[in-house]
Amino acid sequence: MAQLAAVIGTGQTRYKTKRGDVSIAGLLREAAVNALEDAGLGFEDIDAVVIGKAPDMFEGVIMPECYLADALGANGKPMLRVHTAGSVGGSTALVAASHVQSGTFKRVLTVTYEKQSESNAMWALSTPQPFAVHLNAGAGGYFAPIIREYMRRSKAPYDVGIKVAVKDRLHGARNPLAHLQKPDITMAEVEESMMLWDPLRLLEACPSSDGACAMVIAAEDAVDSSAKPPAWIRGGAMRSEPTMYAGREEVNPRAGRDCAADVYAQAGIRDPRRELDVAEIYVPFSWYEPMWLENLGFAEEGQGWRLTMEGATSLDEQGDIPWNPSGGVLSSNPIGASGMIRFAEAARQVRGDAGDHQVAGAKLAMGHAYGGGAQFFSMWIVGADKP
Amino acid sequence: MSVQARDIAIVAFHQSDCQASAGATNEVELIMPEIRAVMDQVGLRNAQDVDFVCSGSCDYLQGAAFAFVAGVDALGAVPPIRESHVEMDAAWALYESVLKIRMGHADSALIYGFAKSSPGELPIVLSQQLDPYYLAPLWVDTVSLAALQARLMLDAGKITEADMAAVVSRSRHNAMNNPHAQLAGEVSVESLLAQQHFVSPLRRHDCCPVSDGASAMIIATVEQAKAWGKPYAILRGIDHRIESHNLCTRDLTESPSTRRAAEAAGVADGAVDVAELYAPFSHQEIILSRALGLGEGTSVNPSGGVLAGNLMMASGLSRVGEVFQRIVSGEARRGVAHATSGPCLQHNLVAVVEAA
Repeated sequence: MAQLAAVIGTGQTRYKTKRGDVSIAGLLREAAVNALEDAGLGFEDIDAVVIGKAPDMFEGVIMPECYLADALGANGKPMLRVHTAGSVGGSTALVAASHVQSGTFKRVLTVTYEKQSESNAMWALSTPQPFAVHLNAGAGGYFAPIIREYMRRSKAPYDVGIKVAVKDRLHGARNPLAHLQKPDITMAEVEESMMLWDPLRLLEACPSSDGACAMVIAAEDAVDSSAKPPAWIRGGAMRSEPTMYAGREEVNPRAGRDCAADVYAQAGIRDPRRELDVAEIYVPFSWYEPMWLENLGFAEEGQGWRLTMEGATSLDEQGDIPWNPSGGVLSSNPIGASGMIRFAEAARQVRGDAGDHQVAGAKLAMGHAYGGGAQFFSMWIVGADKP
Repeated sequence: MSVQARDIAIVAFHQSDCQASAGATNEVELIMPEIRAVMDQVGLRNAQDVDFVCSGSCDYLQGAAFAFVAGVDALGAVPPIRESHVEMDAAWALYESVLKIRMGHADSALIYGFAKSSPGELPIVLSQQLDPYYLAPLWVDTVSLAALQARLMLDAGKITEADMAAVVSRSRHNAMNNPHAQLAGEVSVESLLAQQHFVSPLRRHDCCPVSDGASAMIIATVEQAKAWGKPYAILRGIDHRIESHNLCTRDLTESPSTRRAAEAAGVADGAVDVAELYAPFSHQEIILSRALGLGEGTSVNPSGGVLAGNLMMASGLSRVGEVFQRIVSGEARRGVAHATSGPCLQHNLVAVVEAA
């Protein structure tokens, strides 16, 4: 059965529109070195390297593990590259963890990244698939009608998305690494920003960022190198379903519900809102907070928006279940890394390592990522207590 | 690593024909028959009957971002499945699946790889796998890089052009018994050497062909394989290692990463009856055979290897599948499979498969 494993180091870069000061390899190395220092280790201590990112077309480098092997100290070691669309940051963490949980390795370095300034991500998202109907929508255009359907079903007030946009940016202002720094953002400012894909306004959408996130995952008998406590992996799950099929529930996808049920069962969680202290959930467009609150079982179907409006997910309003204290995807979005940032931020919280966005006394946290047409999900639960 | 808590069984494998061009057949249509074939071998109905699914593919070969997403359509993933993907040869999807089973999160896994390489100019496309700042802008193609490697081999006196032609001659001969092969026939070393150079010192036949197709495999715990009641082989060891990307710092006439993976996988722990090596260029088969320590007693690439047909993103998995088939048929008791990725054998995976 699965061996115990824990996060013993996390490392991130500062997120911004363009990191012109470093190469792609330099960007990854920055995150990797930060994670290794946090873990109290060097590259020589690492047994295997697992990287992940969204499509190769985002930077124009095919199978970039070949190019990145040197920068990540991987020469002579196993090196794997995961790609599962937007959920890849989470999936990569889970694949890296499996290197340890299988009993195969002691210490694994995992790094995810996107250097979106190297090319045009919207172009890469919109290339026509051979032999398929061309869906030239981009992510916002794809999700907007699904959000409208959520609004229709739940009868949520129009400004729920605006509230999320403000809340996550105020969280982001506590996180020095966050791309968007908007400590003075207001509901009015978000409401007045340009409508991009009705009902999503410019400030209700994630930015396009350069950045990388890394973690060191270690076996039970190798967690002591770090000065900080380990974040024990209490559960990990992935689910996939097709983009389209007859009768597909797109607002509240079954793959997400199944994935959550799986990871909660592993961690022994029955009531996620009560039992979890904090969650880092992939919310690239504002309205996905109330939608995922329901999909992940934090609220009854149709009621997620109430938690948001009551401030339950807000650090600044002393909510009982803060979501995305780091500022979330709405504050920083290097696509391939965004999922791992959620996973790593969950680990930081239970290690007491989250600085100004620390949730006081956090012991149990969830990291979440999704991708494709909200069809690929990866999730984990990390805890301060050894299982 | 060869030490593992749970022995893993290979239970089913199937590969499509290697076609020079699959025409208007799309990737989903290439994958579906292979998945059906391995399901039928085990007696399973659909992807929900296995605990985990993992695939290998490359967006740049399909010409679209998120190309693997369409691949999920081939699975019938309703209700949702536990699924993952590597942007690598499916041999690495096998590796990920092995870890998943070893950790106890799955008792069985379906693995598949697929690509249509024919619509693009494969050697040029793969030049964009190189360092994006210093090498990729030069558009150095994979054939030219392999030619440099072969030249180093020749200049070092480690091979002759006749040795390379002998590899090709044997590949074409062996492929006559492989119904999926693209290139097969009796060709003498002399007639091959009489051909003109393509990218010196490589002749066209020293390079694998461009092929379209897919392959699929099912693995499981030994307990699950026994419960299914189908013949199986044991995946005794599997390991992979990468080398520097900087070609100038590597000794291209050797493959230390293959040697290291072979040690970790336990290749030397017994006799090797059969070896299937992912050598896209003839001289690379010689480098790999030496790195793996293969001797006279080993039948190398009895399928013809990838010189007879190269399913990008699936050829590595197919090498494992070819060894599995020979073991289950009783033709061999122990074999080695190899997969490669990157320019001039930068990244290598080695698997040891044994009779149950």
